[in-house]
Amino acid sequence: MDGLDLGALSLHMLALWFVAVGGPSTILPGIHRYVVEVHHLLTSAQFAEIYTLAQVAPGPNVMYVTLIGWHLAGWAGAAATTIPLLVPATTLTLLVGHFNERHPDAPIGRAVRLGLMPITIGLMFASATILMRAVNHDWRGYLLTLLTVAVVLRKTLNPLWLLAAGAVAGILGLV
Amino acid sequence: MEQTESSKPRVSRLALFVTFSRISLSSFGGALFWARYGLVERQRWLTEREFVDLLTLGQLLPGPNVLNLTVMVGYRFAGWTGAAASVAGYLGWPFLVVIGMGVLYQEYGALPQVQQVLAGMSKVAAGLLLATVIKLAMVLPRRWRTWLFGILAFVGVGVMRWPLLWVMGGLAPWAIFAAWKEKE
Repeated sequence: MDGLDLGALSLHMLALWFVAVGGPSTILPGIHRYVVEVHHLLTSAQFAEIYTLAQVAPGPNVMYVTLIGWHLAGWAGAAATTIPLLVPATTLTLLVGHFNERHPDAPIGRAVRLGLMPITIGLMFASATILMRAVNHDWRGYLLTLLTVAVVLRKTLNPLWLLAAGAVAGILGLV
Repeated sequence: MEQTESSKPRVSRLALFVTFSRISLSSFGGALFWARYGLVERQRWLTEREFVDLLTLGQLLPGPNVLNLTVMVGYRFAGWTGAAASVAGYLGWPFLVVIGMGVLYQEYGALPQVQQVLAGMSKVAAGLLLATVIKLAMVLPRRWRTWLFGILAFVGVGVMRWPLLWVMGGLAPWAIFAAWKEKE
């Protein structure tokens, strides 16, 4: 483990959030790169476990950033990774929300929306593949992941059932 | 929005706090479903159309999309203190819950059974994310330029592992410019 610089971590997360259009999954590669690949604060497997833990907990999935901070440095760490997430939402979003209430059909808004949409989806796809490679080590794991995809695309089902099925598969040693 | 004739209900800050707390605490495996249910069906603060509009905007702005929606809904009904009350409800509880989970994980995370359960669930979680992305990609316009930007973003971050900030900075201005031109 390198020395942990909470201030630097916090600033990095803040910078990430300002470009993280599309939400928590677009920021995932950036956080993974910082804490796993560059600074070696967590292993890729630990990162994936923490991400999963936050998905299982009630609340927005984005809370995995809080959990990473807490895991690294307790309450101070949790604050250091959670506060940056609030900044764009409470500044830029308020401004845009204000503007939008007045001018709902401005052309600049349209161009930004249409332009950024594919990038958002490309980044989310990158997140999904990084996560898939972090959690899977053999074909049975990939099979479970892809089975999940197939079920979700075909049926409307509370994702908790699928997570429970994954837990059962895990405890039975199937994956 | 301006076309709604006096349909904007009066909503107190406390009601905002309570509603967003409830949405947040019932959100297992993603908040979107519960946000729509709470705001459109249960409270009837927003119409279906208004919800989609605000969500699209929330998606475009940096930060988590449902959090952005939370801010805009709170602001719409009760100004910036309403936004603060909504955010406190939406993020306050999960902050504590997730740390509770973290404590349990540090205590019991090394047990082999826990490891097995988490390993199984994490494979499903990866599938959930992948499926969501595939569903969202279905709404992209069928145009080569659109897909080109999407693929470039994926390759840059997912395959080349370049930093997100560079990839976004390099692609976003061109993508917005192209969309602007296309309109004319």
